[in-house]
Amino acid sequence: MKKKDFMKKLLYFMKDYKKESVLAPLFKMLEAFFELFVPLVVASIIDDGIVPKDSGHIIRMCLLLLVLAAVGLTCSITAQYFAAKSAVGAATGIRYELFTHIQTLGYEEMDTVGTSTLITRMTSDINQVQNGINLVLRLFLRSPFIVFGAMIMAFTIDVKAAMIFVVAIILLSIVVFGVMFITKPLYKKVQSGLDTILGTTRENLTGVRVIRAFHQEQAEYNKFLAENEELTSLQKFAGKISGLTNPLTFIIINFAILVLIHTGAVRVSLGTLSQGQVVALYNYMSQILVELIKLANLIISVTKAMACFNRIQDVFHIEPSMKEGTKTVAAAGNTTPAVEFKNVSFTYAGGGDHAVENISFKAMPGQTIGIIGGTGSGKSTLVNLIPRFYDVSEGEVDIAGKNVQDYTYGSLRNTISVVPQKAQLFAGTIRDNLTFGCPDATEEQIEEALAISQAKEFVDTKEGRLDAKIEQGGKNLSGGQRQRLTLARALVPQSDILIMDDSASALDYATDARLRKAIQDMKRKPTVFIVSQRTSSIQNADMILVLDDGKIAGQGTHEQLLKSCNIYREIYETQFKKEEA
Amino acid sequence: MAQQNTNGKRKSTIKKVWHYLKNYRFLLILSILMAALTVAGTLYVPILVGDAIDFIIKKGQVNFAAIAKILEKGATVILFTGITQWIMNICNNHITFHVTRDIRNEAMKKIEKLPLKYIDGHSYGDVVSRVIADVDQFADGLLMGFTQFFTGVVTILGTLGFIFSIHVGIALLVVCLTPISLLVARFIATHTYSMFKLQSETRGEQTALIEEMIEGEKVVKAFGYEKRAGERFAAVNDKLQGYSLKAIFFSSITNPSTRFVNSLVYASVALSGALTAIGGGLSVGQLTCLLSYANQYTKPFNEISGVVTELQNALACAARIFELIEETPETDDKKDALVLANPEGNIELSHVNFSYTTEKRLIEDFNLNVKKGQRIAIVGPTGCGKTTIINLLMRFYDVNKGTIMVEGTDIRDITRESLRTSYGMVLQDTWLRSGTIRDNITMGREGFSDEQIIAAAKEAHSYSFIKKMPKGLDTYITEDGAGMSQGQKQLLCITRVMLDLPSMLILDEATSSIDTRTEQKIQNAFAKMMAGRTSFIVAHRLSTIQNADVILVMRDGHIIEQGNHETLLKQNGFYAKLYNSQFAN
Repeated sequence: MKKKDFMKKLLYFMKDYKKESVLAPLFKMLEAFFELFVPLVVASIIDDGIVPKDSGHIIRMCLLLLVLAAVGLTCSITAQYFAAKSAVGAATGIRYELFTHIQTLGYEEMDTVGTSTLITRMTSDINQVQNGINLVLRLFLRSPFIVFGAMIMAFTIDVKAAMIFVVAIILLSIVVFGVMFITKPLYKKVQSGLDTILGTTRENLTGVRVIRAFHQEQAEYNKFLAENEELTSLQKFAGKISGLTNPLTFIIINFAILVLIHTGAVRVSLGTLSQGQVVALYNYMSQILVELIKLANLIISVTKAMACFNRIQDVFHIEPSMKEGTKTVAAAGNTTPAVEFKNVSFTYAGGGDHAVENISFKAMPGQTIGIIGGTGSGKSTLVNLIPRFYDVSEGEVDIAGKNVQDYTYGSLRNTISVVPQKAQLFAGTIRDNLTFGCPDATEEQIEEALAISQAKEFVDTKEGRLDAKIEQGGKNLSGGQRQRLTLARALVPQSDILIMDDSASALDYATDARLRKAIQDMKRKPTVFIVSQRTSSIQNADMILVLDDGKIAGQGTHEQLLKSCNIYREIYETQFKKEEA
Repeated sequence: MAQQNTNGKRKSTIKKVWHYLKNYRFLLILSILMAALTVAGTLYVPILVGDAIDFIIKKGQVNFAAIAKILEKGATVILFTGITQWIMNICNNHITFHVTRDIRNEAMKKIEKLPLKYIDGHSYGDVVSRVIADVDQFADGLLMGFTQFFTGVVTILGTLGFIFSIHVGIALLVVCLTPISLLVARFIATHTYSMFKLQSETRGEQTALIEEMIEGEKVVKAFGYEKRAGERFAAVNDKLQGYSLKAIFFSSITNPSTRFVNSLVYASVALSGALTAIGGGLSVGQLTCLLSYANQYTKPFNEISGVVTELQNALACAARIFELIEETPETDDKKDALVLANPEGNIELSHVNFSYTTEKRLIEDFNLNVKKGQRIAIVGPTGCGKTTIINLLMRFYDVNKGTIMVEGTDIRDITRESLRTSYGMVLQDTWLRSGTIRDNITMGREGFSDEQIIAAAKEAHSYSFIKKMPKGLDTYITEDGAGMSQGQKQLLCITRVMLDLPSMLILDEATSSIDTRTEQKIQNAFAKMMAGRTSFIVAHRLSTIQNADVILVMRDGHIIEQGNHETLLKQNGFYAKLYNSQFAN
């Protein structure tokens, strides 16, 4: 079942290269076909040339050998071209499809899979597969063809002697496929062992300060030693088994040759075979040997490629858990809530308790909604449900009067802009980053966003301004600068709904205050959600949701909540007291 | 000149590889011995077959007794060769995988000792790919080198020897034809090199894009960038397809071409051999044997040409690994370095000068005297270099001039271990490892009971969410604590320190992602435990630092003001401006 699935999937990627995938092995076979004539020609040299001392025949036959070689060369180069085209094409296709597939995965899937293993699969695993396809097209058909072809040629010479070929080939198949069967799971293990030591190496770099502060260098080193040792023993074990292929094929074929000589001797003495024919049979056996030794060296690569393709398939098997809707968001007038939560509960995959529970509220167009609450109280979870980054477990989230699940992703993302907690930028210019969600933004849109987000002051000091380069992850900017650019990025599309998920945490108070004022003074009035830990950031909101342990503990304006909600009052007082003290 | 340089470099790389290889020299000798025996056996079999064929002439002229003898001999040789071949394979595997293991261990050992300057200055991806991908490439090259290069050379020499023993004239002919094969391989190799270079460059470009888009997947989705990401990816992908196709195709011409040369050799041997045989200078058996050799003779050549490229690649990779391994590590602790035992927390910085690069001067003539139990706050706008001070205190970086003393001893005279473990450190950049919550809290420190861990977690207010996790303390969290909120991660980092509070604390924006209510509770817990403990606090929430004993105000990497809250407000300088701005709403 799994095997069938494997083949089907692989063939699917080769569908655009049908012609090449058929022609490559075909030309390889042609080449092999001409090669199979060589022993016959040699036999003729011996029987019809040397024995009757006919030097003219010998010269003709040798010229024939040259012709066969030239035709072989042409066929072979053609085959190599088609094989390369097909392998590279399939790998390109797999890479592209995998990339698009990963893009369809939701937040939930990304949380569980982890990025580093996806990166290895997209790069090194696919390269291995490309290599594997190329080799298969070039050899896995050629080799059996030579092997069986040699056997058939043997039959044309002498049926009894040919039986030796049959037995030898059966034994060889057992060895080759046995080794593949045993080593494939081993190579998969080796690859994941490599994943482990990659992870540890990465951790030791990203966490170098903590590791050294706790003086864990030795412990980390020992951990690495153990993991590395395990990888080594896995590799050695796999190597020991695949190392058997060559000696075993060597022994089988050479024993077959011995049996062949013996049988040949008997047949010649009976007069059923000539000396030249024995030599031809021997040459066929040698051809099989040469072919299989080549094959044995490549089996490792092919087995590895199969293991790698399995790893890629594992990613393809992760289905996005959400289905896209078909509607587009339409302006719903001022009486329909821009966002409405109806008894919403949500649980993270594999995460036991509800992260948010039974949440209901309405946000009218143009309103500002503040969300406050303790660490882990579900603030970010709540706002992540609005653009449908996750699907609710119970209840319903509505935008402009319709369930978010009815909308297309594109339309949702156009309506909603998010400033995430983690300020993540991309390599490119500042402009590239600002137009990330909105490629056709005008200069005015960009400048306005820069001004509101308070990013203008530092962008102005950059050489080239909007064309200044940003390194991967925004490494060449400070935390506060990154955060202001992510804000600007969300403001550029001028969406109807703006979500700021604790996105001013790296800003000092002065900048934060200016930012809040600028957002308040905006001419356009989007519906704004502000997640914050500072009451000062949200106290002017039209409505404040106070979350405690995933539930709404209070809902109302600043003044109302100060009176009615103990938790809100407590939060306010801790800050108020500190700020006024 | 440049050529000489790279040659010299290559030579020294080979020398370094030998340094690792020589631990396995007995295995290496065994492997070479086995290779020689294997080749001898492989080459001897055709001779036996040739001999046997000469005893099979025609009907009635078959010498069965002689043939039986030869077959017996053949069986022994074959079995023997099979075994030596297997031993050789095992030896090669053993050597290769152990050498790569040793190199990786060495690299890791170096990573643990690299100065922070190196780690901060290099992308993690680069270092990781040296330890993983480069070592892997090197291993492949090494293994191929062993299994094919050596046997290849021995096979060529052995075959030539046997051919010479059979017929000198034909042997000379073969020798004359040999260089063609090498020339063809070389010609193709030099022309494909540029294609391979283009391919690997494009591959690098693509990997960077993949890394970025997958890492930023959530933002990509939030902004509906998927389609454009897909387009950008497709563009690089197509470019790569073009280069890959050319690189692979051109390099794969090598094999058929050398095989064609091989066929030339084969045909020439057949021609000259058969003509010689007519004249009686050669038996049919010998001709068979010669042809079989001609078949085997040229094969190693194209293998070797492949191996040479592979080895060059392997050496280039090895050079990258050795570059890492040979980085200057942090200077060793002095031999008589003091082991700091229960320091009280008196720290003195005098005339400290420091900068990361010589072009940009940062801290100049900085003096600070911290008495035990004092609280030092460091404030300033974002990106002003507050963490530099921490880098110096923890001795992640060494001062350029001046001294930092703990309990009257220069920290350069104290062991790093005792210095660093004397501080409890919580950083803004929360780092969690893949492992259980328990692993993350104890950080390898042994001898803590569950009760103690839970008590610390309660103190840090992390227990309320830990207890809700599927397996409590034994819940496994993946790399970087995916699925936990920033605040929860920070609480876990605080729990680490709470578990065993040393006498000096460094809190770098330790509570920036934690809500203020919890933060205040934690501050109280810290305050309770900080009684008598020296602490350094970096914060942008001015409220958390007002009652510090000394406030250092930093801007653009410089310390511009220094004093307590009242004196700084009175100065009416930068601090006063910062402080007042928070009420400017």
